[in-house]
Amino acid sequence: MTIDWQAFTPWTSLLGGALIGLAAAAFVLLNGRIAGISGIVGGLLTPKKGDAGWRLAFVGGMITAPLFWLLASSLPVIQIDAGFPMLVVAGLVVGVSTRFGAGCTSGHGVCGISRLSPRSLIATGAFMLSGFATVFIIRHLSGGL
Amino acid sequence: MNRSLLSAFIAGLIFGIGLLVSGMANPAKVLGFLDLAGPWDPSLALVMSGAVAVGLIAFNLAGKRQTSLLGDVMRLPTRQDIDKPLVLGSLGFGIGWGLAGFCPGPALVALGAGELKALVFTVAMLSGMAVYELLQRQRPS
Repeated sequence: MTIDWQAFTPWTSLLGGALIGLAAAAFVLLNGRIAGISGIVGGLLTPKKGDAGWRLAFVGGMITAPLFWLLASSLPVIQIDAGFPMLVVAGLVVGVSTRFGAGCTSGHGVCGISRLSPRSLIATGAFMLSGFATVFIIRHLSGGL
Repeated sequence: MNRSLLSAFIAGLIFGIGLLVSGMANPAKVLGFLDLAGPWDPSLALVMSGAVAVGLIAFNLAGKRQTSLLGDVMRLPTRQDIDKPLVLGSLGFGIGWGLAGFCPGPALVALGAGELKALVFTVAMLSGMAVYELLQRQRPS
């Protein structure tokens, strides 16, 4: 394994991570809820009375984050190499499986590990493992799809 | 505006800013972490560490409370069982994550940044979630 020192951003990543942790902290302490994006978004598909507002507010905050960012600075690079067919497949797979697995990188990875939840530790191990395997297959075995 | 809605909006906003600051709204950087065999970018591990360091304190405090600071019910998950949907779903999520470098949060932020590809991913993701709901309806658990 060789570390890509050019790409590695330890300080901004730690700081950004702490902000993500702060957001999850504020959400659980103020709203009493888990900041799990797949669950928050997924719940909008079967709206129950009084249950959609907070979901839309949270999602609205996330989507408008780049706009608030633009008030202070230009946006960081967002490089999406996957082509459209691949994005459709990836989106479908992420949508179905995060609902079956009851969470994604935020709900299991950030909140679940912070709660020391056994389910989330297993889930995070599982999606990291298959994430590593998938990228290995695409980049090093199939010659890049 | 209702206080709970405002705090939900602000939490989402800070979450999104955190994803931008950390570089995680950029799928190429996420894939740089998932590609262990290439030149490896460990940044994502530090994002998780920073988030969990703050989260450990917050969830410890939250676990001792019955209601939130705004008076809402404290809704923390209680399940402890490791079942098949959890494991298979999470394995599946990792595959989808590795295909494009997008997970749900960063996709929403990139969508807000005006990326057409993030819109396509997000619409597909919502469709996938709708498929899950349909499957649940056919086989009530």
